[in-house]
Amino acid sequence: MLGPAGASRRLTAEPMEVPRNSGTAERLYRSMYLIRRVEEEIIRLYPSDKIKSPVHLSIGQEAVSAAVCDHLERSDYVFGTYRGHALYLAKGGDLPRMMAELYGKAHGAARGKAGSMHLVDVDVGMMGTSAIVATGISNAVGAALALKMRRSKAIVVCFFGEGAVDEGSFHESINFASLKRLPIVFVCENNFYAIYSHVKDRLAGPGLVERARSYGVTADRIEDGDVLACHDAVGSAIEAVRRDEGPRFLECMTYRWRDHVGPGEDRQYRYRPEAELDLKIKNDNLAALGRLLPPDLKQLIKAEEEARIAAAIDWAEKGEFPAASEVRDHVFAD
Amino acid sequence: MSLRTESERELTYAEAVFEATRSEMRRDPNVFVMGQGVDDPRGMFGTTLGLHEEFGAERNFDVPLAEDAMTGIGIGAALLGMRPIQVHQRMDFVLLCMNQLVNMAAKMSYMFSGAHRVPLVVRAIIGRSWGQGAQHSQAFHSYFMHVPGLRVVAPTTPHDAKGCLTTAIRDDNPVLMIEHRMLHGVRGVVPEESYEVPYGRARVLTKGDDVTLVGISHMALECVRAKHLLSEIGIEAEVIDPVSLSPLDVETIAASVERTGRLVVVDTGWLSCGASAEILARVFEHLDGRRAFVGRRMGYLPTPCPTTKVLENLYYPTARSIAETAYGLVRGKGAAEWQPPHADSLEVSEFRGPF
Repeated sequence: MLGPAGASRRLTAEPMEVPRNSGTAERLYRSMYLIRRVEEEIIRLYPSDKIKSPVHLSIGQEAVSAAVCDHLERSDYVFGTYRGHALYLAKGGDLPRMMAELYGKAHGAARGKAGSMHLVDVDVGMMGTSAIVATGISNAVGAALALKMRRSKAIVVCFFGEGAVDEGSFHESINFASLKRLPIVFVCENNFYAIYSHVKDRLAGPGLVERARSYGVTADRIEDGDVLACHDAVGSAIEAVRRDEGPRFLECMTYRWRDHVGPGEDRQYRYRPEAELDLKIKNDNLAALGRLLPPDLKQLIKAEEEARIAAAIDWAEKGEFPAASEVRDHVFAD
Repeated sequence: MSLRTESERELTYAEAVFEATRSEMRRDPNVFVMGQGVDDPRGMFGTTLGLHEEFGAERNFDVPLAEDAMTGIGIGAALLGMRPIQVHQRMDFVLLCMNQLVNMAAKMSYMFSGAHRVPLVVRAIIGRSWGQGAQHSQAFHSYFMHVPGLRVVAPTTPHDAKGCLTTAIRDDNPVLMIEHRMLHGVRGVVPEESYEVPYGRARVLTKGDDVTLVGISHMALECVRAKHLLSEIGIEAEVIDPVSLSPLDVETIAASVERTGRLVVVDTGWLSCGASAEILARVFEHLDGRRAFVGRRMGYLPTPCPTTKVLENLYYPTARSIAETAYGLVRGKGAAEWQPPHADSLEVSEFRGPF
């Protein structure tokens, strides 16, 4: 239905545009539904081997990205991690170009050179994701420094997992952000596990929030399970940063349903109690949010998002691979 | 190295670095300097002295002792169009920046297919003498030459220091500029106006037909001294300063070797997998059998740097040892032994540090 040349922009020109009278629950549902279904499609497509790249799925963790990005302007910046599909989509990243990137196609978000682990869409402030844990945090702080130096009103939100707090770079970065009172929100998605290693086996001391507070940063823990409450709490923190009150740290409790990497489940490795996982799936945030919406509206959202997803996959399938001549392009900026 | 007229102005290398920085900061409000001690009363050996007084504390600031994050912060600022210059008093500390420089700065343009650019300059100062010891004297330029997406420059003269830094600051790519501490006090002619020294163009410092001496950074000075020693016994050495290590001007070096048939590469670093190995290999490939040549590499002894002077003196190539090596190549195995006279390197012998 769409040719590769420039057509993708049209599909997502206003990525999270929703009817004027729609409420928060509707916007969040739409965003989370899109993330969930895109990733389910990735799972469905994966056995075809058309996506020749590791994928780190966000299923179960959709709420954090959706809730945070709902408060952001297009001109605000986000930095993420290799588990970045949710953030990319929630920030309004171009869906067809994401799918094409996963397929390694020339009209992908980075012309096939990035894959799932390095999604980028600078036009909407999605500044990229790193596969080296915690390395994007200082980059986000640097972007916040640039905004402050330029007296910009925009802010930066930096996403990372609780594993990143193990890294020295996190501590160096949050210290500097606090020292310079930079306009940045640190969003720590605590899903308990770094690959298969539980946070209690890695973390000494009183916890992540206390660590952040020790740097003079206002910090809060947001429990999993109530997306609207999460949305409110995140909103307060973001507003404080917009009022130039210095950085904020949010520990957002969440849970990954699938394996650390790849499309599958990971029950066979028995590193986490099955009851723990089953309870999270039973209390699915997306389903709970959906129950707050009128059934007709929910069906409409689903239909619209399904159409977008199908179109994006079709567009990705039909595109060309990059030419051999591109292999040397962009080692340096021109 | 260059003929001087009365009207030509001389500056020290450190003054030339300062002048390039100040002039680019005046030219572009996005340029700023960050590093441990850049705004202290010593101003990074004079290279950043008082910049905050002219440009404000926001544009020349001290940083926490956090090399990894500070490098990432520089990269992040660069992504939004700022032009940070990060300064490290000793290159040894740049090891703490490797993750950000290699995994992030060098990859951003390619990995995101041009969506990002990283106009970042990292100035790294190599220490020597007055007991700098094992952890304040290391030169890691070859580590960075290995990585696509990074540029590495190693200017030797004050002229090239100003021009290379100007080029680096204006470049939209990450650039590592190595400065040898022994060069900071060296004087040379530096034009007052701004100018760029291009990447990938080596400088032929002296002409000669008998042997090619390639000297990296401070070793280019020692090669010039060696050339004078060799001249006294009728051997004419061509001394080449690569200036830019990545990209490397192999054409100029290879053209010289094609004429002389003899190459000595003298690095301010270790030999194994080093810049000298790279240069020798590139010349070999470039000549492609058109001209057979003999080559030698010289550099640090394969040990950590000893602190005490009597041992440290054995650790570095000198004008004398370079001349001896070149002599051996030119005169061959059966030649009479030659002991070159001592050539004083005042920037080394008079250095009193402490840093």
